[in-house]
Amino acid sequence: MKILNRKNILGFAAIIAFYVIVQLLINADVIDSYLQLNIVIIGINIILAVGLNLITGFTGQFSLGHAGFMCVGAYISAIVTAKLGQPFLVGIIASGLGAALVGLVIGIPTLRLKGDYLAIATLGFGEIIRILMLNIDYVGGASGFNDIPQYTNWTWLYFMVVISVLVISNFVKSYAGRACISIGEDEIASEAMGINTTFYKVLAFTIGAFFAGIAGALYANYFYFIKPDSFGFMKSIDILVTVVFGGMGSITGSVVGAALLSVISAFLQRYPELRMVIYSIVLFSIMVFLPRGLMGIKDIKLNFLKRGGSADGDSETR
Amino acid sequence: MVILKLDNLTKLFGGIVAVSNVNMEVEKKQIVGLIGPNGAGKTTLFNLLTGMYTPTSGTITYGTDDKIVLNNLRPYSVTSVGIARTFQNIRLFKDMTVYDNVRIGFHHNIKCGIIPLILRLPVFYREEENVGNKAMEILKLFNLEDKALELAKNLPYGDQRRLEIARALSTKPKLLLLDEPAAGMNPNETKDLMKLIRWIRDKFDLTIILIEHDMSLVMGICEKIFVLDYGTLIAEGTPEQVQNNPKVIEAYLGGEE
Repeated sequence: MKILNRKNILGFAAIIAFYVIVQLLINADVIDSYLQLNIVIIGINIILAVGLNLITGFTGQFSLGHAGFMCVGAYISAIVTAKLGQPFLVGIIASGLGAALVGLVIGIPTLRLKGDYLAIATLGFGEIIRILMLNIDYVGGASGFNDIPQYTNWTWLYFMVVISVLVISNFVKSYAGRACISIGEDEIASEAMGINTTFYKVLAFTIGAFFAGIAGALYANYFYFIKPDSFGFMKSIDILVTVVFGGMGSITGSVVGAALLSVISAFLQRYPELRMVIYSIVLFSIMVFLPRGLMGIKDIKLNFLKRGGSADGDSETR
Repeated sequence: MVILKLDNLTKLFGGIVAVSNVNMEVEKKQIVGLIGPNGAGKTTLFNLLTGMYTPTSGTITYGTDDKIVLNNLRPYSVTSVGIARTFQNIRLFKDMTVYDNVRIGFHHNIKCGIIPLILRLPVFYREEENVGNKAMEILKLFNLEDKALELAKNLPYGDQRRLEIARALSTKPKLLLLDEPAAGMNPNETKDLMKLIRWIRDKFDLTIILIEHDMSLVMGICEKIFVLDYGTLIAEGTPEQVQNNPKVIEAYLGGEE
């Protein structure tokens, strides 16, 4: 299996082409600032949803604290870029690593818990982070953190989305991903098959937290201003809804789900009084007619480009 | 040669004695039966052997040359030293394919870090291809290769049982623990299963311990039988010796009223 096969080259070309086209449209003012705002929201939501899907959809660990990691990333990037005057790249890396470290520290004790108990523990974690930020004057406390330089643009956003989707889908379509999926399916059997379940649960949690941190950095450096309340319990629920909407265990589902829900939500802003009603009806219909989400557990595959057998690590249904 | 040795193995759950002072020696390459009435502690014993429970007291020693004490090992480490098991109520990864179920078993033999995996370095493809080929070999031995891409939950019951054994074999065990492999099978399927168990013992050079209620299977293939009742070992020996042991008859049929 060569790395520079036809599929990979075509995929790479498509990624670059999409970037260039959108950049040209932005330069030509076809995509105005309102559209750009929505594109940024979509990108951030994709990163968050894909990360949470690794934790909840694939590894089966029900986490309600994903906005907490985003909060950690947003504040770290804000401090690094605004207070310390460092370039955005440093802010992004620091945010990812900081959130991953928090994920590791939180994950080791809480991932012993299962199901509802884990959900409550992670929910508590998210609230702790929010309250902490609310009470630290250095980062502005309740009045928020102001004057963050606006570094996030299409280039940063797009390549961060591509990196996070690629890393997580590479991870999932490998022996490590199979280990995570098997934990979600049956933890006891998984451990009996020689899989260090604690290691993989913590690893999935840490990778998810890493990308949530990056999403936080992109958020902070786009909106100039962050406040703890943006990263509350409802934000975690929103991310979870996106993952369930797209399909637990489908990367494509998370990407499509995040894009679609962001668009629906932006569109509905014109009808503020009916907004939540229609939004709920959409979610409700998806759950009734497609109980496993938009994509179920299936991922879009470029099968027609593929030559070799199935021994390259891709599984057919995941 | 002894491959597994239990010394005064005891497991308490609060005040309840699940396994009490069990001493056992299992010879290499034997097929050993573990029988006893319901609730005798057979599955608990399996759970102790595979690290799912920690013994309250006593020791479990495994291995012919290097003796390893299994008492405090986690289940995944027990698997990596060469003990694999199946479960009483089939525990396949139901929403994964047959192929992936077997590939999971090779996990602890994969030598490739997380970074080469994410960067898709050649070592990753080499390891995955290797695992894929080995998994297909095992599926071929079990005549499951045509169903490799079906979801495990869609297999007929008998195939699920066989897949669970195939998955356990993919971890490259030296000692295989089968928990009621014939449960829910009709007499013909049980006969095929007996052939299969003998055949995998010879093919993979295994020691097998099996829990079973189907006496035709136990008496038919086991070379040695251990009988548990209320957590204690009440008899051991060849099928003939065990069948004629008054304690065993009493445990199964009850003593005189």
